[in-house]
Amino acid sequence: MELLAFGKTGWGDELFYATLMTIAVSITAMLVGFFFALIFTPLKLSKYKTLNLVGNFYTTVIRGVPELLVIYLFFFGGSGAIMYVASIFGYYEYIEINAFITGSMAIGIISGAYSTEVFRGAIQSIDKGQFEAAKVLGINRFGQFYKIILPQMLRLAIPNLSNVWQITLKDTSLISVTGLVEIMRQSYIAAGSTRDPLFFYSFAAVLYLLLTYVSMKLINKLEVKYSRGY
Amino acid sequence: MITSFPKLLVATVVTLKLLSASLFFGLFLGLFFAILRLNKNIFMNKFAYGYSYIFRGTPLLVQIFIIYFGLGQIEYLRTTFLWVILKEPYWCAIIAFTLNTGAYTSEILRSAFQTIKPGIIEAGKSLGISNKIIFYKIQIPIAIRQSLPAYGNEIILMMKGTSLASTVTLMDLTGVAKYIISTTFKPIEVFIVAGGIYLFMTFIIHNVIKYLEKKYSFQQ
Repeated sequence: MELLAFGKTGWGDELFYATLMTIAVSITAMLVGFFFALIFTPLKLSKYKTLNLVGNFYTTVIRGVPELLVIYLFFFGGSGAIMYVASIFGYYEYIEINAFITGSMAIGIISGAYSTEVFRGAIQSIDKGQFEAAKVLGINRFGQFYKIILPQMLRLAIPNLSNVWQITLKDTSLISVTGLVEIMRQSYIAAGSTRDPLFFYSFAAVLYLLLTYVSMKLINKLEVKYSRGY
Repeated sequence: MITSFPKLLVATVVTLKLLSASLFFGLFLGLFFAILRLNKNIFMNKFAYGYSYIFRGTPLLVQIFIIYFGLGQIEYLRTTFLWVILKEPYWCAIIAFTLNTGAYTSEILRSAFQTIKPGIIEAGKSLGISNKIIFYKIQIPIAIRQSLPAYGNEIILMMKGTSLASTVTLMDLTGVAKYIISTTFKPIEVFIVAGGIYLFMTFIIHNVIKYLEKKYSFQQ
């Protein structure tokens, strides 16, 4: 137990901050993912074949390639790509991107591909009559989407989004390879310096279980809220 | 880009070996735990539920690290014959993948068994077929058909999961790709080649499952 003590003697406070970091990365990645989903869902549902192709390309490639490979691409290629863009604007200094930003972008793009599929499925399962009725009532496109389609879509999407959240949360463990100090990385450091990997990795597993358990409880509440009237 | 291709192809063999071994063992493990889950005995039921909850609720990376770095710490294990297996990263990776895919497979199979209409089993019973034969000849074939789409997804997820073997020093497709990236600093080109190989495998798995689904569909 003294291994987990807070302060200088134990790893309790370090692991606590690492857990907060995992939560922060997961939430950022999830939001980045929503942003991507916001762009690619309309593309996938579009009437135009080319736009469909772009949307399908994104979801197929990201869902077919291992997460770790995407992270390596961002980790090794990220600063190079940014430096290339900067050189166009006449800036030649070395730019290093923060591990937090690289990690949440990489995980965000992955989570975005899953979110896109969830939103597409949810929108497609809304009755066509709802769109038509909204149009007939003379509601503008903005109102149609926000007041009529979105609330119905969320009810259908929340159970699947909770799966996406679980995937995203677990994927953040892979960012540890880039050196960002989240649960996995902190356990690695602690295991290395105390020579007690079994304890620290098991404790990491417990932390992840706790995170998934608590988030499931919260999401269930949300689910109840959005399925009022059904 | 072209020079990296043969190296990556050789590494693909490692990935495929890991994938097929863990899927093979994982299927049996999954079937075993699915049967436990359907058991009326509360203790066995809870045990199987706990297993699948723990392995589905934690990242695969943690599981590999516990098995590869963690288990070696137990002095007693080092003296038994198990140590022959556990000191090899290759077998550790396979054990971790098997346990992980077993948990997901057990959930897939359990829900497949539960969707079988009771009428089918009752029909079997009233024809005087023994419980054992009902299970092997009626329930299992229907469950396999029901679980094919979900199991196809699981195969693809597992294929992506094998990339984590590179974290325990195994040179699989991702491991070699990372090595080439860090020595040549050409991340995008290597990503395209390695990603292309993964996508190709996904494509093949997807189509094989689609073919099997068609072959075993009820409406023929």
